[in-house]
Amino acid sequence: MIRRVARSIREYKWPAILSPLCMIGEVAMEVLIPLVMASLYDYGVVMQNMNIVVTRSIQLIICALMSLSFGVLSAIFASRAGTGFAKNLRHDMFYKVQKFSFSNIDKFSSASIVTRLTSDVANLQMTFQMMIRMAIRCPMMLVLAFISANRISPELSRIYLYVMPVLALALIALTPVVFKIFDRGFRMMDKMNNIVQENVHGIRVVKSFVREEKEIEKFTGISSDLARNFSKAEKILALNSPIMMSCVYVCMLTISWVGAQMVVASGNNPLNGLTTGELSSMFTYTTQILSGLMMLSMVFVMLTMSRTPLRRCSELLAEEPDLVSPDESIAVTTVPDGSIDFENVGFRYAATAQHRALKEVNLHIPSGATVGIIGGTGSSKSTLVQLIPRLYDVSEGVLKVGGLDVKCYDLKTLRDSVAMVLQKNELFSGTIKENLRWGNPEATDEELVHACKLACADEFIQGFPDKYDTYIEQGGTNVSGGQKQRLCIARALLKKPQILILDDSTSAVDTRTDASIRRAFREEIPNTTKLIIAQRIASVQDADMIIVLDNGQVNAVGNHEQLMKTCAIYQEVFYSQQKGGLE
Amino acid sequence: MPPAKMRGDGRMAKDPKKTFFRLLSYLKQHMVIMVIVMLCILMGAYATITGSTALGKIIDQFILPMVETGSTDFGPMAAFLTRVVCIFALGIVATFLQSYLMVGVTQGIQKTVRDEMFAKMQKLPIRYFDSNTAGNIMSRYTSDIDTLRQMISQSIPQAFSSVVTLVVVFVTMVKTSWILTIVTMITVLGVVYVTKTLAGKAGKFFIGQQKSLGAVNGYIEEMITGQKVVKVFNHEDVCKEEFNKLNTTLCENAFSAGKFSNMMGPINNNLGYVQYAILAIVGGVIVVQSGGALLKLGELVTFMVLSRNFNQPINQISQQMNSIVMALAGAERVFELMDQEPEVDDGYVKLVNAHIAEDGTITECAERTGRWAWKHYHKADDTTTYTELKGDITMYNVDFGYVPEKTVLHDITLYAKPGQKIAFVGATGAGKTTITNLINRFYDIADGKIRYDNININKIAKDDLRRSLGVVLQETNLFTGTVMENIRYGNLDASDEDCIKAAKLANAHDFITRLPKGYETELTGNGASLSQGQRQLIAIARAAVADPPVMILDEATSSIDTRTEKLVQDGMDALMHGRTVFVIAHRLSTIMNSDCIMVLDHGHIIERGSHDELIEKKGTYYQLYTGAFELE
Repeated sequence: MIRRVARSIREYKWPAILSPLCMIGEVAMEVLIPLVMASLYDYGVVMQNMNIVVTRSIQLIICALMSLSFGVLSAIFASRAGTGFAKNLRHDMFYKVQKFSFSNIDKFSSASIVTRLTSDVANLQMTFQMMIRMAIRCPMMLVLAFISANRISPELSRIYLYVMPVLALALIALTPVVFKIFDRGFRMMDKMNNIVQENVHGIRVVKSFVREEKEIEKFTGISSDLARNFSKAEKILALNSPIMMSCVYVCMLTISWVGAQMVVASGNNPLNGLTTGELSSMFTYTTQILSGLMMLSMVFVMLTMSRTPLRRCSELLAEEPDLVSPDESIAVTTVPDGSIDFENVGFRYAATAQHRALKEVNLHIPSGATVGIIGGTGSSKSTLVQLIPRLYDVSEGVLKVGGLDVKCYDLKTLRDSVAMVLQKNELFSGTIKENLRWGNPEATDEELVHACKLACADEFIQGFPDKYDTYIEQGGTNVSGGQKQRLCIARALLKKPQILILDDSTSAVDTRTDASIRRAFREEIPNTTKLIIAQRIASVQDADMIIVLDNGQVNAVGNHEQLMKTCAIYQEVFYSQQKGGLE
Repeated sequence: MPPAKMRGDGRMAKDPKKTFFRLLSYLKQHMVIMVIVMLCILMGAYATITGSTALGKIIDQFILPMVETGSTDFGPMAAFLTRVVCIFALGIVATFLQSYLMVGVTQGIQKTVRDEMFAKMQKLPIRYFDSNTAGNIMSRYTSDIDTLRQMISQSIPQAFSSVVTLVVVFVTMVKTSWILTIVTMITVLGVVYVTKTLAGKAGKFFIGQQKSLGAVNGYIEEMITGQKVVKVFNHEDVCKEEFNKLNTTLCENAFSAGKFSNMMGPINNNLGYVQYAILAIVGGVIVVQSGGALLKLGELVTFMVLSRNFNQPINQISQQMNSIVMALAGAERVFELMDQEPEVDDGYVKLVNAHIAEDGTITECAERTGRWAWKHYHKADDTTTYTELKGDITMYNVDFGYVPEKTVLHDITLYAKPGQKIAFVGATGAGKTTITNLINRFYDIADGKIRYDNININKIAKDDLRRSLGVVLQETNLFTGTVMENIRYGNLDASDEDCIKAAKLANAHDFITRLPKGYETELTGNGASLSQGQRQLIAIARAAVADPPVMILDEATSSIDTRTEKLVQDGMDALMHGRTVFVIAHRLSTIMNSDCIMVLDHGHIIERGSHDELIEKKGTYYQLYTGAFELE
């Protein structure tokens, strides 16, 4: 798990190694400094020896500057390694997702992929940076400071051996308790955020049903739980710093008491034993050792917390795209025509799924035909057409486009010749022009206008103050549903495809516009095979052939007149749409 | 230890002072505790200073004299240490009390702010939600409140304790040696200058980092959400290229920001040692040259220890300042939401349960009778009249615009008699939904009049008005909870049987019983496990259980296929029976049997009449109708 994510370190391996190395340098200096200070004090200041004061001070300054340089270098390397790692990880994950097939995306869900690429990466970056700095710094500090203290006075440093386990035990006892409460707290927080989100999105419903009070009550309930929970955790955490302080104070007092007697016994003579300067060094080491231990416990907490993001990122990286383009040497790069053949096609969304979304589909659609597809919700209309540009692979049987199995084509070639307007379509932030050019980056302005005219989009675009340079907000929130659908159709038309698929793409467009779009298709792109999924019979009535799907199976195929005579479902749908109308 | 949150956009507060004092006002309710906390902080700071000067004192007052005199009487020192132990013990207790008490204060304030913000949000007009994205509103509940928490729980107490320590240390330093104090001040100024320069740089890059992080995350969100479109258009390579550009910029900005802020620690720390060395030299020279007249050896020693304690609070304060500035920007955004003008409601006409006698006299009663009346109090003559709730809605010459400069509805006049079905047809953007938004007063009209049972709707209390209207919207919003709870949302008093009855009416019962846990199936993420059509069916059941005299159906069946719709139709007809209904639908089949159909175009009613009349007229409706079928 770690190894897969760690692969993203790559060219930042050196900073990742140098940063802890420099950190060792810094720690070594920091541990050395109290010794120099002790000597400066004992031999220089106390003995009023100016020479020693000056030389030791200069040594001290040199040590400090070296420690500073190491520290700064370590900081720079750590930042380089951390941000670089995050960049590569984000890059690797983004590229991976670009390779995903529709079923890969379905498996993770878009929202979850987004979280993995944003907050999970940020989390790992922080952990990684901390790892290469703190995870080295703390144990080094602990060990080096202890060794130095031991060199000054083995008797005095024995106190650390008693205090350290106490502190460690306290930390070990507290951390998991707190961690558990926090973990629960974060889940509550998610719940609370969910309430806010639902209310922001559904504010019209809340207001319509006059449920403001009820929602406030619900929110206050969870926010109280949250406050209570976090209070509990933080109150336990409040023990942390007094425990730490107690340990430091116990060490200091013991060292003062025992140390003072030793100094007095030695006559404060460095040659006879402990001196006052050394005594104050011991104080510094006390802080270094104990805070090192404290930080180490924090490192462990952070590591535990980053387990989840680590697993989630590694999962995404491990996912293999289950649909790949054939090898370049054998891939076919031209689609001869727009004919489509389904031969005994069956499909299930997951290999293990019981339910077959499509069963024994046999269809022949000649190139250039206009085909309507009708069927109730859940009859697998969208599934059927999504097989054509290989958004999903068939589970059984063969699907041919232009007389060849779709699996023979280079994926890019296939998808370039099959334009599809998805049911749940998206526009991207950028101008209308930029959005349209997704269909064809080289399209001239005239071509854009022409496509928009076909899709009946030109009329409303001309109504915008900035016309084709109008900026579309993320998700296309500043155009209406019908306008969005028409822009998406225009975008698909610009691909000049051999097969054009509209998956319920005019549902928000009024009937008149819908009719004129279809007329334009008939007149302007007669050679393109057109597949139109629709709820309205009117949208498919004039098609060359209409496929009636029911529960994943082809119920009937024929033109309007034939189906009106033979197909019960079709008749039912037809009459349901003209209740009380002209019959 | 919450995980790293994405901070705001690095924006500064516009009026930090005002925001700061407003935040302090929240602390007022916790006045007593805050006073105790402050005292604890003082005690803690005192213990810390005692700890750092204790050794100096022990050396000066006990060890050195004893070494000189050769005495071995540790009694006085033991007495001194006992005093120190007491101070330490007090300090430990104070520190614990301080953190413990602050938890209550912080969580309390956080909860108050959150609750106030949510309650306020519920009262905001729909307009506010039109002009603010969900993400923008959400971030106030998450990252902004989090910065607030940090400020109250950490920054303010730490800054306070640092200032106290600083003052105490400074006074002690001056008392010990004014010459060395001057030397220290000079070196401290140097350190502060370096720190400030670094902090400025880090701050600049930090804003850049936040901006590019926002750009990258925004791009990821947009592209991943639209990933299927990306694939359909073979747009993967273009996306990768754009992504790489943004990602590299982020990496560089984050590197610079991280570099400077990581550097801060070692630089401050080590400059402290340099300062120590300088003090040693200068102090040593003074001691030796003046022969102890200007400065005694013991003083120098104490001073050197003190100077180590002087830098720390300065660093602390500068660090805390940064997070306070950030928290203030967050707090300002929270307050901005709280200060929004709430939806005004000066309606005073109330909806009450009523007994209606055969002669038409209406008496108010407490229990549910199934009959309702508007209780209308007349101030002029201090009388109260009752009008039966019937569902008669009229609009006279109504004009409306979402923004004042742009009128989207022009001179709308319509009459909906109780029990009538009124339909709106027209192209997208013709103003159909807008009309219904005016009836439930999501927006207020610019000109004209709307009357409900002959009462000006502005006089009706908004809650009561909305309670009398049932709404099913095109975009269905369900809430986290069971199916049953979602249906009951329409009427909290409804029994399980009532809800099931409503579900049967909406033809939702069949599919609900097929769900894994039937009516007790938990829905999450706006009913993500259901199809669009199924969600609409639940929304219809929810409106049905509310049993209102007036219904607004805005594309309520748009996602239900026509065959299912036909099945629902009977239920819908039953639902509509005896109610005033406003219907918006693309499918003309849904509205053909309406009593009156209004054809809207660019905010004008251009045709009105029954289906037959409009067909007769051979106008726009006729074209739409025939265009829809395109019969050869």
